[in-house]
Amino acid sequence: MIVEEIMNTDVSTLTKEHTIADAIHLLSEKRIRHVPIVDGDNQLLGIVSDRDIKDATPSILDIEGRKEVLNRSISTIMTTNIITGHPLDFVEEVSAIFYDSKISCLPIVQDHKLVGIITQTDLLHTLVELTGAHQPGSQLEVRVPNKPGKLFKVFSCIQNRKVNILSVLVYPDKKDEFYKVIVLRIQTMNPLRLIEDLENSGFEVLWPNLPGMEAE
Amino acid sequence: MRDSIFIFSEDQLKYKFNNNHPFNQLRLKLTLDLLEKINAISKEDIIPPRMASDEELQLVHDPHYVTAVKKAGNGELSEDMAESYGLGTEDTPIFPNMHEASSLLVGGTLTAVDYVMSGKVKHALNLGGGLHHGFRGKASGFCIYNDSSVAIKYIQQKYNAKVLYIDTDAHHGDGVQWAFYDEPDVCTFSIHETGRYLFPGTGNINERGQGKGYGYSFNIPVDAFTEDDSWLDAYRTSVKEIAEFFKPDVILTQNGADAHYLDPLTHLSATMRIYREIPKLAHEIAHQYCDGRWIAVGGGGYDIWRVVPRAWSLIWLEMTENNNCYGPLPADWLDAWQDKSPVKLPSEWDDPADLYDPIPRKAEITEKNAQTVEKALYPIRNKAGHE
Ligand SMILES: [Zn+2]
Ligand SMILES: [Zn+2]
Repeated sequence: MIVEEIMNTDVSTLTKEHTIADAIHLLSEKRIRHVPIVDGDNQLLGIVSDRDIKDATPSILDIEGRKEVLNRSISTIMTTNIITGHPLDFVEEVSAIFYDSKISCLPIVQDHKLVGIITQTDLLHTLVELTGAHQPGSQLEVRVPNKPGKLFKVFSCIQNRKVNILSVLVYPDKKDEFYKVIVLRIQTMNPLRLIEDLENSGFEVLWPNLPGMEAE
Repeated sequence: MRDSIFIFSEDQLKYKFNNNHPFNQLRLKLTLDLLEKINAISKEDIIPPRMASDEELQLVHDPHYVTAVKKAGNGELSEDMAESYGLGTEDTPIFPNMHEASSLLVGGTLTAVDYVMSGKVKHALNLGGGLHHGFRGKASGFCIYNDSSVAIKYIQQKYNAKVLYIDTDAHHGDGVQWAFYDEPDVCTFSIHETGRYLFPGTGNINERGQGKGYGYSFNIPVDAFTEDDSWLDAYRTSVKEIAEFFKPDVILTQNGADAHYLDPLTHLSATMRIYREIPKLAHEIAHQYCDGRWIAVGGGGYDIWRVVPRAWSLIWLEMTENNNCYGPLPADWLDAWQDKSPVKLPSEWDDPADLYDPIPRKAEITEKNAQTVEKALYPIRNKAGHE
């Protein structure tokens, strides 16, 4: 999946001519937490977050000081060295950027122009959809030797039972490098017969998997 | 005047997918027979279900879906079409006359509703109902039509009453929750095994409703391997506080009996103890807030021999305030069914103390469930504090 498919293209922006007061107004009106600052060609100049604003403005008690700050240009408090993404980036890559850089929103830039934005919430939403968690299903984890052909065998068991797969994730077994774990979300309330087939094919099935517990 | 009725007819057993399917309505007969053998029910208590009309089904269900179910039952639905309606799968296979069989289960719950809402009785039990996974336009999780959703809409329209739906099945009551997700006059409560592994996967604490219905959907997802004390603590605390917050005109309880340790499809470690307590509190709430109006339906329950007959009998015994449910089960019931059962039938009403080995992470599970309850009830506790 690429960024273009999940980014928000209806982006609210401000220009350098706007004041901090304008930004406060926009954030509360649109219920957003970040606003990109652009020039007349929609080129990205910087970004301002609700936190930047909070840090810059004196308390309500300091009426004079507050008034002065609110009338300043928004460019005085914007962050200018920004990490950006591209519409053709992969969602997985972008997730890693969020994770590594501890950012909560990522402007998407193409041809030097701002074309979209992705927030942490958008990303989480996408991941939930990728794992199939929004459709009724059961989740199984199958531990398989880390060898070619094993995934195929698991899938043929599932196919024999005519069960629809909602999503598949594969990750290395943390305790044993010669194994990996296949996480399956399948569209059935009764995975018992499938579990039996998988176990008869020599696989270890976890349903559910709680460390320290043995399911029957 | 009698206080309670029991909805039943042999025709309810026609909701049958195939011989290998875990959903098996023979449980209805096993339960009724157990009640008869202890003389807890008489012929006059038993009322046959009526059929739900298409119009009634369409209070909740998409007309195209109803048409598809009819066609499927006559062998006229193509495989592709069937699949798009969730029919013809391993979970909900197609069977002859499935529309009629499913409509009868819905009609049974409507019969129960009419008896209770018209004041003829206080309580009504339709163990053939409780198909809480049925969606507007799709079959899911062994459920074709959603009798509880239809019944709640029917209560709203015909009797204009506020309904509290209490779902104690081990699976999340997703179909009913989504049907009333944006309505403030229906409050849905579901306590279930967490959807981390278990079907359908939803039922998180943060599913609280939307729009005007925000704050009227409650979910308590308990951990796998949860035992009686922790489960009951979560159930009692939340049902009491939600009833006090919502002040319903009528309660509809879904009594799936699949949270038991012996149930093959779930991973909770409850015993017969919770099935004594579930109807007890429901009964209390019904009299405290609703002048007794209480409709109870069945639901899941896949150990049909050792778990369901006892668990479901206890609902009727509570409704009729009959204490004859301690000690040994009647010998003539055991004699009648032991040969047909693939497992040894239990000899007593209660489970033995050594039903299962101790759960190693009990303390952590208990603590986590208590936190879940706290989070789920936070909005109403917080609100109460500010008044
Ligand atoms: Zn269930
Ligand atoms: Zn009563």
